[in-house]
Amino acid sequence: MNINMTLIGQTIAFAIFVWFCIKYVWPPISNALNERQKKIADGLDAASRATRDLELAQERAEQTLRESKEQASQILEQANKRSAQMIEEAREQARAEGERLMAGARSEIELEINRAKEELRAQVSHLAIVGAERVLEASVDEKAHRELLDKLAAEL
Amino acid sequence: MAAGNEVSTTYYIQHHLQNLTFGHHPVNGWSLAHSAEEAVEMGFWAIHLDTMGWSIAMGLLFIWLFRKAGKAATTGVPGGLQNAVEMVVEFIENLTRSTFHGRNPNIAPLALTLFVWILLMNTLKIIPVDYFPVLFSKLGVDYMKIVPTTDVNATLGMALGVFGLILYYNFKVKGVGGFARELSLTPFNHWALIPFNLVLEVVSLLVKPFSLAMRLFGNMFAGEVIFILIAMLPFWAIWVLDVPWAIFHILVVTLQAFIFTVLTVVYLSAAHEHH
Repeated sequence: MNINMTLIGQTIAFAIFVWFCIKYVWPPISNALNERQKKIADGLDAASRATRDLELAQERAEQTLRESKEQASQILEQANKRSAQMIEEAREQARAEGERLMAGARSEIELEINRAKEELRAQVSHLAIVGAERVLEASVDEKAHRELLDKLAAEL
Repeated sequence: MAAGNEVSTTYYIQHHLQNLTFGHHPVNGWSLAHSAEEAVEMGFWAIHLDTMGWSIAMGLLFIWLFRKAGKAATTGVPGGLQNAVEMVVEFIENLTRSTFHGRNPNIAPLALTLFVWILLMNTLKIIPVDYFPVLFSKLGVDYMKIVPTTDVNATLGMALGVFGLILYYNFKVKGVGGFARELSLTPFNHWALIPFNLVLEVVSLLVKPFSLAMRLFGNMFAGEVIFILIAMLPFWAIWVLDVPWAIFHILVVTLQAFIFTVLTVVYLSAAHEHH
């Protein structure tokens, strides 16, 4: 083992390599590492934020769904009520209309009956007069007995 | 096992532990050492071409790989190489954050360089010990010791670099007066004990780079010697010991790189701290 100039040579080589490493090797690698670290941290942050957002959105969606369901049932109920009401109204109207029609018909029928009665009475009185004329052979003066005949007809 | 029957065991071991040395020989002038004795005779003014070559190659491999990953780095999903590089970078960043208490953006890249560079140099040990010496001897090169961290020059060189940084930051953060006060007034804050403190602190300061260098060198060198000894067994017996030892060394290689790095960061952290 001889100590010789190799010692100095090695020291110089050491100095050059260290200098080169400080100047040109370390900075780019170190920078890249730091940057990536930051990027990953940002990414994780964003991910957790996104998870929170998702949770919020889900909650909101659930709430909206619940509200809309409630609204729908409300609307349905209202519609049911309204339709029941409408049916009731229609029934009422129909009944009133029917009654009105029936009343009309009844009065018309009565009118008819009365008219027929009147006619019948007139005819009966006429027939009675004709019968009486036949029986009495023109001895009865129509004009003189008109009052009597009318009384007779009214009694029919 | 490259060593034939005519080569003695001692020679085989020595050959594998000899660096390819280029230097000024008193007789041959500037030349490659052809034997261990010639390398010793060259004294200080010689350089281990294999240590320098392989360590610089590993350093460039580190720079190239990490620069490539750095240039391609995006904030998107990382690919294979980028993933591996980022894992190492993050590991070092966490280590620095937990160990280093000052505020200095240069410490983490320094630790990264040390860790990966030493790890790569240590990993060369997993390559079977005979491959490169044989390959290079075919090319006419006598010696080739490919693991730079088994050369005390390499580990001590790096430790001296770290020592320089320790001194630099001590002076920078505490100032000359502050550093001198720390050396002379700790651990015993009394004027009469200044000489004692001074001796204690200076020794502990100087021991730092040596303990760094020796720990790494010792572990790697010892492991290498064991690998060489195992390689001298009969060929059918080698794997029985070699495989467990290599697997064990996956741990040692990583651990030693880690220890060197952590201690460097700890020393520099101490240099940044006011008392």
